[in-house]
Amino acid sequence: MADLRINFAGIKSPNPFWLASAPPTNSGAQIHRAFEAGWGGAVWKTIGAPVLNVSNRYGAWHYGRQRMLAINNVELISDRPIEINLREIAEVKRAWPDRAVIVSAMVESKPESWREIVERIEGTGADGIELNYGCPHGMSERGMGSAIGQVPEYCEQITRWVKEAATIPVIMKLTPNITNIVLPARAGVAAGANALSLINTINSIVGVDLDTLELTPSIAGKGGHGGYAGPAVKPIALNMLAALGTDEIVSRSGIPISGMGGIANWQDAAQFLLLGASSLQVCTAVMHYGFRIIDDFCDGLSNWMDEKGFKTIADVTGRSIHRVSEFKNLDLSYRAVARIDPDKCIKCNLCFVACNDTAHQCIDLVSPHGVVVQPLSYDLRSNGKQEAVESRPQPVVREPDCVGCRLCYNVCPVDDCIEMVELPSGRSEVTWSELSQQQPQVTEDWEAMKAYRDEVGIHIH
Amino acid sequence: MESAFRDIDKALAEQLPSLTPNEASIEADRCLYCYDAPCTHACPTHIDIPNFIKKIASRNLRGSAQTIFASNLLGATCARVCPVQELCEGACVLGADHKPIAIGRLQRHAMDNARKNHSYPVVKAALTGKSIAVIGAGPAGLSCAGQLALLGHAVTIYERRHLPGGLSTYGIIALREPIEIALEETRMIEALGVQIRTGHEFGKDVTPASLLQDCDAVVLSVGLGKTPSLGIEGEEAIIDGLEFIEASKTTGASLRIGRNVIVIGAGNTAVDCATIAKRLGADQVTMVYRRTNREMTCYQHEYEFARAEGIEFRFLSQPLRVVLSSGLPIGLECLRIELGPPDASGRPAPTPVKGSEFVLAADQIVKAVGQLKPALAELLGIETKKGFIAVDTNFQTSMARVYAIGDCIRSTGAASTVMAVQDGKLAAAAIHKQLAQLEKQVEVS
Repeated sequence: MADLRINFAGIKSPNPFWLASAPPTNSGAQIHRAFEAGWGGAVWKTIGAPVLNVSNRYGAWHYGRQRMLAINNVELISDRPIEINLREIAEVKRAWPDRAVIVSAMVESKPESWREIVERIEGTGADGIELNYGCPHGMSERGMGSAIGQVPEYCEQITRWVKEAATIPVIMKLTPNITNIVLPARAGVAAGANALSLINTINSIVGVDLDTLELTPSIAGKGGHGGYAGPAVKPIALNMLAALGTDEIVSRSGIPISGMGGIANWQDAAQFLLLGASSLQVCTAVMHYGFRIIDDFCDGLSNWMDEKGFKTIADVTGRSIHRVSEFKNLDLSYRAVARIDPDKCIKCNLCFVACNDTAHQCIDLVSPHGVVVQPLSYDLRSNGKQEAVESRPQPVVREPDCVGCRLCYNVCPVDDCIEMVELPSGRSEVTWSELSQQQPQVTEDWEAMKAYRDEVGIHIH
Repeated sequence: MESAFRDIDKALAEQLPSLTPNEASIEADRCLYCYDAPCTHACPTHIDIPNFIKKIASRNLRGSAQTIFASNLLGATCARVCPVQELCEGACVLGADHKPIAIGRLQRHAMDNARKNHSYPVVKAALTGKSIAVIGAGPAGLSCAGQLALLGHAVTIYERRHLPGGLSTYGIIALREPIEIALEETRMIEALGVQIRTGHEFGKDVTPASLLQDCDAVVLSVGLGKTPSLGIEGEEAIIDGLEFIEASKTTGASLRIGRNVIVIGAGNTAVDCATIAKRLGADQVTMVYRRTNREMTCYQHEYEFARAEGIEFRFLSQPLRVVLSSGLPIGLECLRIELGPPDASGRPAPTPVKGSEFVLAADQIVKAVGQLKPALAELLGIETKKGFIAVDTNFQTSMARVYAIGDCIRSTGAASTVMAVQDGKLAAAAIHKQLAQLEKQVEVS
């Protein structure tokens, strides 16, 4: 049984799963229940400046029948009186000494405001502070949230103020609404933050109602961008996490990272760990299904770690970072082709139409008699299940023409039916970077490129 | 004799409920949207099924109906009566290791919505000035007439019966297709400009010669005849199965149902008759067939349905005579059968066992053993094939400008509504093409 305990910048918790600062951590009663369910920690919903909220706060993106692949919100930081929040934080921490209780904060950009909030938080006995530099709506219009997070200099300045006042660990939370995520992360490192967390929500408009022509959700006829989160943002979060893990300054600092953004199951969690996170935060998945999902998160992660021989979370953290590279360092001679398993194939032809219409036209439809046939070529008088099924052609990849784009693999609805098979390309390993050094003309001139292709045997049809 | 339970509408109410919008949405979303889909191939009218389902998923119900109508004007009937297990759903790629998409019910969802909102096809073609007579307002005739009207031709259907719709109206058990669906479909065809003259019998109220003189083409979609004679003693006391179904759909409460009913035959119509008897209060319903369940001509799912209804089967039994008492049936005497080597139909030849007579008690006997071949061919003197009207690949009979479609030409394979609809569609296209060619020839000369 793997050891799921973590010590994240001095903050300990029995497992790496924390509730992210968001509606699920709005009150002590909620967090009590979450801890009863098994959550390792919770980042209290941001406290700080006074706010008022609106109705119709959450929009969502659904795809087909799958609800809430992403949620979009314009809810602000906690609208509960700050004294009540502070009292409940203290109560929760007293009741759950083994769990991580972190308090997210956001106040006006004045040193005295930050010093005051830090002192009040420390007075609760909380384990750490998370600086909310990410809220993309409402608060940012008042110069807080992402208005800070988008300017590395502001991040650095405020974090310094906080660090001067704080005795407990300080986590600086990054906004993804920025061109280069590395810059604010470096600012955090420079300011002495104890840890980073990412990603906060992404600017988004979730949709337009086709009856009323109002935005969804509509707040008395109006709407605006809100913060986007949930399974759909996971790839964006993973990319930003990896960007920090591969940045020399950030990685050399050894500063731990709390990863979040669309973690909906233990598999997502493991991926965040592999790309460098050492604590994990979850919001949308609990907003969809409740606190109970922690059970599978812990079991699933632990079972996978046992299978893989990982004993601790630290064993997993960053394991795949060395796999993150850039295009220029990828082997141009690596060759993979798609292969369709005819025994598993259900002949839906989704691979065929995807390849034929939008990729590289290298899948043939082969009739039961072994002849390549065109789609929709049956006799109009032919019908019935027997004729339809027995005469149905089999999609077959024409391997010499397959560029290995992997589109068919992605559209295939059957597990393990299409496999990307590595084939010898007959060419020696070379990257674009090497090529541009060794034969710069090839990378600059189409004629030279043509000659190079002929020489090494690259045929593009 | 009269059964107590007479609430016929309730007893024969449409068997499958309509899908709720939520059910339809969930089911539509399950469709993989296959390319060159096997369901479309399996459908005799080749409806672009993934396309109409995708449109249900995207809440484009009007577009969904449009897609169905583009291939099949009688989509509402077909959604209900098609043996989908043998056609589209039987070919669904999800059938192998999961559950096929409920294509029939999704089609009905789209068609019900079209009926509710009256989003029906409209004629956009310019009038051609050509006129075509269609004989018979069953599915084949309606399909052909509708397609011809969409192409701009003036079409008149002559129908012998009081109501249009053919077997959809009279011959399909109401729990599969309520009469109102069939009649609404005929109204949709009429709205395309097709004239339907009911109560007009071809050869009697309207003559072939006059039609050929007044019209550019005549299409025969006359279906088949009555149930053939069994040639047994007391047969006059046996009820014709098609008339039995018709009575259940049209005369309603006056239909008499026995307590102990025997249905002779093992096709889909026989199952319908047995179901009607059972649902309308018979204590016992037995289907009598001279071969076994393996040779039954009804679809497997119909056989299973009948068993679930509590209908009993007496296989390997050949009716010999009706046992009468005061002119009323009290039983059916049968002979036991042994199956021999395959006969001309490819099925084991039934051989009666001498001296094996036995009597099955019955106070009502219905026969559903197929239909007589069309008598019309002889009347017109056109060529036939195995008793059915012979046609070429363009549905042209041996007589110039006379075409035939539907059950009356179905000399091979199982006849079905959807095949008839496809005949009508293909024949309309062939006639349209030939009329255009004739026009060209006239222009040239």
